[in-house]
Amino acid sequence: MIDFLNSIIVLLNFIIIPGISYGSQLALGALGVTFVYAILRFANFAHGEIMSFGAMITILFTWFFQSQNIGLGILPTALLALPIGIIATIILCIISDKFVFQYYRYQKSVPVVLAMVSIGVMFVINAIIRIIIGTETIKFSDGQKFIMKAKQFKVMTGLNEGLALKSSQVITILITILLLTFTFWFLQKTKTGKSMRAFSDNEDLALLSGINPDRVVFTTWIIVGVLACVAGTLYGLDKSYKPIIYLNLVLPIFASAIVGGIGSPFGAVVGGYVIAFSEIMVTYAYKKFFVYLLPSSIEPTGLVQLLSTDYKFAVSFSILVIVLLIRPSGIFKGKVL
Amino acid sequence: MMKFERYEWLAITIMISLFIFVGFIQGWSVSLVILNMCIISAIMTMGVNISWGYAGVINFGVMGFLAMGGLAAVLVSYPPIAESWQVGGRGLGISFALLVVLVIAVMYINKIVIQKRNRYILNSLIIFFGILIIRHFYLNATHNIEDINPAIAGFLGGLGLPIIFSWIVGGLFAAGVAFVIGKVALGLRSDYLAIVTLGISEIVVSVLKHEEWLSRGVKNVIGLKRPVPYEIDLQNADWFINLVTYLNSSKLNNIIDLGDRQQVLNNLIIDGSGIFVKLSYAILFLIVMLIIFYFANKAQLSPWGRMMRAIRDNETAANAMGKDVVKQHLIIFVIGAAIVGVAGAMLVTLDGLFTPSGYRPLRFTFIIWIMVIVGGSGNNLGAIFGGFVIWFAWIEAAPLTTFIINQLTVGLEPTNVLKLHLLNSVPYFRYLFMGLILLLILRYRPKGIIPEKVRHS
Repeated sequence: MIDFLNSIIVLLNFIIIPGISYGSQLALGALGVTFVYAILRFANFAHGEIMSFGAMITILFTWFFQSQNIGLGILPTALLALPIGIIATIILCIISDKFVFQYYRYQKSVPVVLAMVSIGVMFVINAIIRIIIGTETIKFSDGQKFIMKAKQFKVMTGLNEGLALKSSQVITILITILLLTFTFWFLQKTKTGKSMRAFSDNEDLALLSGINPDRVVFTTWIIVGVLACVAGTLYGLDKSYKPIIYLNLVLPIFASAIVGGIGSPFGAVVGGYVIAFSEIMVTYAYKKFFVYLLPSSIEPTGLVQLLSTDYKFAVSFSILVIVLLIRPSGIFKGKVL
Repeated sequence: MMKFERYEWLAITIMISLFIFVGFIQGWSVSLVILNMCIISAIMTMGVNISWGYAGVINFGVMGFLAMGGLAAVLVSYPPIAESWQVGGRGLGISFALLVVLVIAVMYINKIVIQKRNRYILNSLIIFFGILIIRHFYLNATHNIEDINPAIAGFLGGLGLPIIFSWIVGGLFAAGVAFVIGKVALGLRSDYLAIVTLGISEIVVSVLKHEEWLSRGVKNVIGLKRPVPYEIDLQNADWFINLVTYLNSSKLNNIIDLGDRQQVLNNLIIDGSGIFVKLSYAILFLIVMLIIFYFANKAQLSPWGRMMRAIRDNETAANAMGKDVVKQHLIIFVIGAAIVGVAGAMLVTLDGLFTPSGYRPLRFTFIIWIMVIVGGSGNNLGAIFGGFVIWFAWIEAAPLTTFIINQLTVGLEPTNVLKLHLLNSVPYFRYLFMGLILLLILRYRPKGIIPEKVRHS
């Protein structure tokens, strides 16, 4: 029985908790991508950089607050700076729409041109970030690092295996629940949300019904800005902030959005967790888990690892390809590609 | 054969004069280094342009195809490592044979089992256990190979042939990968094809990064043999010394003192050998570029090229006229990728080393796409022009930015924080320039600087 509990703790500690927090970050990112896709109808390659931008502004203000000795006690100061980061990100989104994307929307350009344009925007934001903050890795989490340390847990329960709970993980999960609830409530219950869904479903019909497209687009960018900034900051808080990492994050985010069914907000969230868990589960070495579960005569000798951790990144894409082959519209019927 | 318009001649003149200008300002060596990379970029751009410009098939996997070309350069030119083959050759052979058996088995099941659910179950069972068995042989073999002399070897080595053959092999490698990708992904809507190709190219690069028995992975392969002479050999070759003496005879004759004259001559020989090497590369690359340019143009003007344009402009109509759109898309995707692969092999040839971790999408996929868009998709001369101009801008952005920052902050103290910060960030301004160039071109000249010619034939 003890062995069984130990093995469960191993799974919790190394797969489930990291999976949920990474999955939450991906889900928030994928939700942003899916919003742009559903309303503005293009694949936004700049999304990773928008996330990075939000995180950067948050970091700058975190530093400012730290220098003024303003803090939140056991919570990271970044939470205090987050609203400012969100506002800056929203402004960035709206500026990039006004000066860049709007023109092509009025021209009714094909999606692929808009995707190219978003690459241009990606380069510009990327440059701005690097010019302002450089390319160094930045750790900006402060406050209490662990809610529960592995050792504490061992003492508490008397088990062999520890369960560590980082505060950044808990914060990620809580904020994600909050934000997702709010987003779905907004989409389902408010008038603006309903008009957004109508616009996404059938643009012409929505226009005929008197929905103001500019207003819908404006609201979309606000939501995208909030989601992107929060996702970027949480990712930076959890791992550590590195400007170049966000370009690589775009691909798993796209994978999440497409796997879940692009254009479907609920699908994007599910896709995020699917991608995160498969990345972690396929590359985790299960040896410890089996050692606890199996009698010692048939204990595994190897690491019991499906793929080496080097391929973490490749996993999300393999899943994307498989999903596209078997079910091109994603798990929750999004738009057929 | 083909006639250039006046503005096209202008573009060619601008390209040539840029290099002469740099030659006089920054030295001929710098100018030739930039020229070599420009030519390689132009070839990559032509490859992308063929699939995107002719047929509208998007290819964001440039980085992966370049890496395949680079792998070809290693596998063709590196001398074989006999020991590695001894310890691991058999295991690898067995696992490869098993893999073939597995693929045939899956194909056979697909053929005879008709019910869809049974087919999925059977296939996944066979693949799962097949991979378990293959892994056993494979991991043993690769482990043994990677253990042999890991500091300098630890991989299989290559064939030991002249590296120039790898330019063709690189094209074939890239074409093979492109065929598989095309079979899987073509048929998706274009922006999703972009994402999928981008992702698969990442997978290709991560395989090259981590399969050390094949490519030495992140340990890099260095010291690949050159197709052109080495500087040190040139400096000791009589004919080269005579050539330099002859070319600079008037300058040398003005120096009366014999010792001084020898000193000057030695410097000239050292400088000259570097320039000679780069020039030989440039000539080789130029030949490849012109060959590809010639055939790309021929193809564009041929009935096949006309069909491609028809498919691009109206897929449904082309399909109704009996053209096999899916097949033609696959063909053109493979051809484009093959040309990119050639460029990848040339890139590694020029550097003399293969660094899998150096393949990053920003530098090797997105910049190439900026070249295509800026140059003018659907026009081969435009592609070359785009490759030249963008690479030139990419390199010269740093000195230009330094100059501009120094001019703008001329009133500030040299120790001013803002000034120092800006000067430290000079390398990042090139991304800003690239983004702005792309946005401006897409806004004000969406067909590119040298647009496709509309032909009525």
